[in-house]
Amino acid sequence: MSELLKVTHLQKKFGDNVVLKDINLTVKKGEVVVIIGPSGCGKSTFLRCLNGLEEIQDGVIVVDGLPVEAGKREITKLRQKIGMVFQSYELFPHKTVLENIILAPLKVQKRSKEEAIKEALELLDKVGLVEKKDYYPRQLSGGQKQRVAIVRALLMHPDILLFDEVTAALDPEMVHEVLETMLALAKAGSTMLIVTHEMSFARAIADRVIFLDKGDIVEEANDVKGFFTEPKTERAKRFLKTFAYE
Amino acid sequence: MDIDILKEYIPLYKEALILTLKIGWQGIFLSLILGLIGAAILHFKVPVLKTITGIYIEIFRNTPLLVQLFFIYFALPKVGIQITAETCGVLGLGLLGGAYMIETFRSGLESIPTIQTESALSLGMTNGQTFYHVILPQAVSVSVPGLLANVIFLLKETSVFSTISLMDLMFTAKDLIGMYAKTIECLFLLVVFYLIMLLPVSLLGAIIERRARYGQFGD
Amino acid sequence: MDNLGIDVLFKGTNFIRLLQGLWVSVEISIVSVVISIILGLVVGALMTLEKMWLKVILKIYLEIVRIMPQMVLLFIVYFGTTRVFGWDVSAESAAIFVFSFWGIAEMGDLVRGSIKSIPKIQFESAFALGMDKKQTYFYIILPQTIRRLIPLSINLITRMIKTTSLVMMIGIVEVLKVAQQIIEANRKTSPNAAFGVFAVVFLLYFIVCWPISRLAVYLEKRWA
Repeated sequence: MSELLKVTHLQKKFGDNVVLKDINLTVKKGEVVVIIGPSGCGKSTFLRCLNGLEEIQDGVIVVDGLPVEAGKREITKLRQKIGMVFQSYELFPHKTVLENIILAPLKVQKRSKEEAIKEALELLDKVGLVEKKDYYPRQLSGGQKQRVAIVRALLMHPDILLFDEVTAALDPEMVHEVLETMLALAKAGSTMLIVTHEMSFARAIADRVIFLDKGDIVEEANDVKGFFTEPKTERAKRFLKTFAYE
Repeated sequence: MDIDILKEYIPLYKEALILTLKIGWQGIFLSLILGLIGAAILHFKVPVLKTITGIYIEIFRNTPLLVQLFFIYFALPKVGIQITAETCGVLGLGLLGGAYMIETFRSGLESIPTIQTESALSLGMTNGQTFYHVILPQAVSVSVPGLLANVIFLLKETSVFSTISLMDLMFTAKDLIGMYAKTIECLFLLVVFYLIMLLPVSLLGAIIERRARYGQFGD
Repeated sequence: MDNLGIDVLFKGTNFIRLLQGLWVSVEISIVSVVISIILGLVVGALMTLEKMWLKVILKIYLEIVRIMPQMVLLFIVYFGTTRVFGWDVSAESAAIFVFSFWGIAEMGDLVRGSIKSIPKIQFESAFALGMDKKQTYFYIILPQTIRRLIPLSINLITRMIKTTSLVMMIGIVEVLKVAQQIIEANRKTSPNAAFGVFAVVFLLYFIVCWPISRLAVYLEKRWA
């Protein structure tokens, strides 16, 4: 499999506060990588860096052969290759579901409206929301909003999808429907980078797990089951224990 | 109160109302444009222009319209800038209003969370596209009650136009009182005509404010 | 063009007269603001009461003030009362009356807004701690209300000062009127005086209002 994303020596600071120390990561096409770690470990910041929402102080990000170095503004070019789904959905409240989904394909990729709508409806159908296409976001439940947000990111045909704690704001009964959607995507061969607190979900979907703590990759495991039953590092052990009551 | 006098005066007031509205709406239109431009400058923190906008706001918010009009109408001609009373009225009202509209639009823009911008950027939109398609429409609808309050404020402020000899409602009333001393009738019509001008806007404001409070997109 | 009338201001007592004119406006503002704040607190508190007839009356009062330009109110009080009641109201009293009438409504609305903006849970948590109504108002609600209120009432002062420029229309000799007199008196020797004199008036208003509105902004930020 080919390398889709390659991050080398990524460093992120807020003032003097180093949030990400020296991150090196390679993601292959079709791979699903789950990043876990205690809150404040920098996992969300990492995703935001990949998408150019945070400026990086050092390192290089290469997506599909297109490199972006620290301090360069080219990262905006990468955004079309990288889709992102946020914890708080961030649908545009003044636009309907369909308008939300086709806005960027029309304005950014200059695709034809007909074609964009056609594909949007297909994707909406897959997540079971086609009949909600003319609803406004506030008329939807959290789980529905998040599925729309995923469709919105998908329609841009990104090479890789970033999920930033996408179920953290949802009621427990809605978590399931969103996770189902993501599992289906993984099965269909999408490349995904997922930050989550849902450990059993991580276990089910991940090809590889990365444990991030205090701005560093502490443990990286290709043996996902092995990681969750018997992590190699002490810090990962302690972290997983906090979920033991589940 | 003398009905015949009222009948005789009404056409004069009507003419004055039309003039007031004409200048008033032109000024408000100018103020909205200035408001949008200024708010966008502050939103994007455009260097230099940002400072100029800030100074403009402070100057026009901290001086009375009357003094601004006097300066434009009586003082500027002395340095070679000649403008008609009507243009002066539009310009004065527009500049004053712009300073208030900027603040209203700006607070509307500020009320839209940054992450909305980020989610648009993450879809590959440029800063301009994000502003135009995502942030501005939301900000404007948040700003509507404030904008209407500004409109009422500006329409009320037109009452100083008479000082630069524009034949507005105040001018007409003062003129007629001075000439025929029918004070009661003149004042009565003055109130009625201001009600005609302002009551609809005020009611509209009340309705929109209620809708803004109870509903949003999708109701 | 070389003479834009700044020199006129330094002729004789001209500048002093201008400042005296400004003081007339400021004086009217101060008196009106004091009346507005005191009575506005009362009216604002009345507005929060759940009495239907009181609500209707205050609502009408508020709407009149909101819709009618201050200039119209000035005309009604100054010209109208003389006519109808035969009172001989001085221009200054008419001005103070109108600006207070306006200011009380504005202040009252601010007070009402500030009280209403205190979340209900603040009352409830005070009651839960065993405080009675008086204690709750005195220790919990009032301090929060006042913090919100002070920057807003300071804003009212600058608005009041700006609005007092209208009093020249009912014949009060304030800064603009003095400015016109000075320009008129020097028409022959200094035909361009209008520029310098009105520029100075512009500046004077700014010098008075700007620091006050900065103070309001500062307090608002500090207490937000």
